[in-house]
Amino acid sequence: MREELHRFFRAARGAGVRVSPAESIDAMRAVADVGFADRGVLRDTLLLTLAKSQDEKQALGDCFDLFFSHPEPKSEMDDASGDDASASGDSSDATSPASAGGAPQDGGGETTELGELAQMLLAQDRSAVAAALAGAANAAELSAIRYFTQRGLFQSRMMEALGVGRLRDDLDQLKTANPAEAERLANLLDGLRDAVRERVSQALLLYGREETENLRHEILRNAPLARLERRQVDQMKLLIRAIARRLRERYSKPRKRQRRGHLDVRRTMRRNAAWGGIPFLTAWKRRHRDRPKIVALCDVSGSVAQVSDFFLLLIHSLHEVVDDVRSFAFSGHLIEVSDILDKQEPEAAMREIMTKVGFGSSDYGNSFADFEKRWLRAVTPKTTVIVLGDARTNKLDPRTDILRTISERAKRVVWLNPEGRMGWGWGDSEMFRYAPFCTVVRQCATAKQLERAVSDIVAAYQ
Amino acid sequence: MNAQLPIESIDAVTAGLASVGYIASRQIATAVYLAERIEKPILVEGPAGVGKTELAKALAKWRGLRMIRMQCYEGLDEAKALYEWKYAKQLLYTQILKDKLGEVLGGADTLAVALERLHDFGDVFFSKEFVEPRPLLQALEQPEGCVLLVDEIDKSDAEFESLLLEILSDYQVSIPELGTISAVVKPFVLLTSNGERDLSDALKRRCLHLHIGFPEQKLEERIVESRVPGASQALRAQLVGFINQVRALDLKKLPSVSETIDWARVLVLLQSTELDHETVKDTLNVLLKYEADIETTMPQVAGFVAKSGRAGMFG
Repeated sequence: MREELHRFFRAARGAGVRVSPAESIDAMRAVADVGFADRGVLRDTLLLTLAKSQDEKQALGDCFDLFFSHPEPKSEMDDASGDDASASGDSSDATSPASAGGAPQDGGGETTELGELAQMLLAQDRSAVAAALAGAANAAELSAIRYFTQRGLFQSRMMEALGVGRLRDDLDQLKTANPAEAERLANLLDGLRDAVRERVSQALLLYGREETENLRHEILRNAPLARLERRQVDQMKLLIRAIARRLRERYSKPRKRQRRGHLDVRRTMRRNAAWGGIPFLTAWKRRHRDRPKIVALCDVSGSVAQVSDFFLLLIHSLHEVVDDVRSFAFSGHLIEVSDILDKQEPEAAMREIMTKVGFGSSDYGNSFADFEKRWLRAVTPKTTVIVLGDARTNKLDPRTDILRTISERAKRVVWLNPEGRMGWGWGDSEMFRYAPFCTVVRQCATAKQLERAVSDIVAAYQ
Repeated sequence: MNAQLPIESIDAVTAGLASVGYIASRQIATAVYLAERIEKPILVEGPAGVGKTELAKALAKWRGLRMIRMQCYEGLDEAKALYEWKYAKQLLYTQILKDKLGEVLGGADTLAVALERLHDFGDVFFSKEFVEPRPLLQALEQPEGCVLLVDEIDKSDAEFESLLLEILSDYQVSIPELGTISAVVKPFVLLTSNGERDLSDALKRRCLHLHIGFPEQKLEERIVESRVPGASQALRAQLVGFINQVRALDLKKLPSVSETIDWARVLVLLQSTELDHETVKDTLNVLLKYEADIETTMPQVAGFVAKSGRAGMFG
């Protein structure tokens, strides 16, 4: 039973409940005390000791129900026993039960030659099959399953462990000796295969959910933002939110100790004047830390739009970390979009922004000029200016002079380019003419790069 | 009552709590039983007014233990929660003992000897005599054990949580001048939280986590029965049915068990034997604490009363 509990802990971790060794020890002690007799009490006990929040309780409860329900032997034998029941329901000893039950008997010499599994199936020994399934699951180390791609492997391993090789030989033999019996055995084998498949799926659900999700996230993190499929867009939004949460957690906690600087001699002297200058109380300089002020200029034309979308979503969910964000969107000309983003749902906001400025061909020069004319004052020595765009100016004047003015006023200018380095400077890309005025230029095509970029920007203020 | 005896079973907990007027669900009873068995604190979470604090009181009453309550608030610190030196007393004693001090030091020939003597003397002032125990230390010093209730831990600062960790895991506190003080008898510790902020994992890991939500209808009826004996069976069923419907609405503050009990008391005082439209309208402010909530509920009252009336008839 201890084994079973360990497996359950693993399943719980698979369901996203963090089970530490200390907690599993507690759970073991608690379970040793309440016993396994009452499933309700057992469930409560595990929920009390392992789950530490309402969400976790929900997840663990579901996991418990899934773990301690073993549908597979039943569903497998259900068809068989259904046949059986209906057959015996006919009662009056018709031909079918006689042939079903009789065949192995009168062919007594034959059955002894059959393999264990075949005998078990033919005898419809429900508990034996269930036990064999459980044994095979152990032998195949089913609880080690992590990814959905491993399903086939584990199925064949389990079938192997059940002794399907011998069964196939038996089947071939029976085909010549007793065709009716062979057909029946083949049907039962199919049932068994279904049962195994179901068992593996259940195991995957139990042990592999988190890994599968992690794998999918990993793929998603490295997928180019500009070329996402529609169904991926929603997942990406969730991912972006998770990234935002991570960044918030990392950067929003004030770290007091770090802020203490050198001894403030003047204040110390003043404070201790009453003791004749003997420094009983010390005063320390505090290192001043700014919270980031961000001005973001996002190209929303054509191919860059999608990336800008995610970028704005991310930067606007960082309220706790970032002091002040002002966002501007441009393609042909530039407008401020902070209000739209703050007040509306992300989808609606993006739609409004797109109708206002989107879908034009980008004109960096004109947009920078717009910015210089109306909002240049927003850039202070504490501001990080982020430009997100591919720097493709359609052969128009890039107005690098304005970027220069901006960079002279700002703390940092960060240029995020969704295009790969290979593309910079080719065709109408003016990236290299802008680059001298930027503190950093980096590629930003995937969620992972986006996270790194934003994380670095925020960290620069710590 | 039977403080020394360990609790035998989950059913014993349910029965014991019921005997002091606390109707516990199976989950609550399991939590109390396990907490006693594996000596772990319970962290109770849930909306306001579902009986988190009440559980601690009932537990103390049933086990015949003293309850020590530690109300948390922002800015709570070691000096208020754990212990404090009785500074004034120390000062007073030094003044009184000034002469004695002279005597002690009088015979000393050298500075080293005087210092030596002063050392022995100094320890006197940092002894247990001069420690003012605050709730947490008190709880550890109770000779018969006690129920320690750390109420609304989510209101305190994160630093205070860390302070609690030593007590929660080892039932001991360290006072630099005195050393480590362990519990005479391990207290039964309950922490409550309204979920105003997330507690740290370190704290959660040391506790059993119990979530008390709104009770099921049957359970709530039994709670009302035990708390407001004057209410008739029909009225009970009706008012609990009504409240359950109100809880399904989108309100700012859902009525909790404490509101149910208050309302039942009010209805008994008003001598109503069953719920009717007028009484409900007049007493809705007992149930709902926000003007906006009352406005939302008002138009629905007639329907709810009718529904709960029917339910009462069949239930």
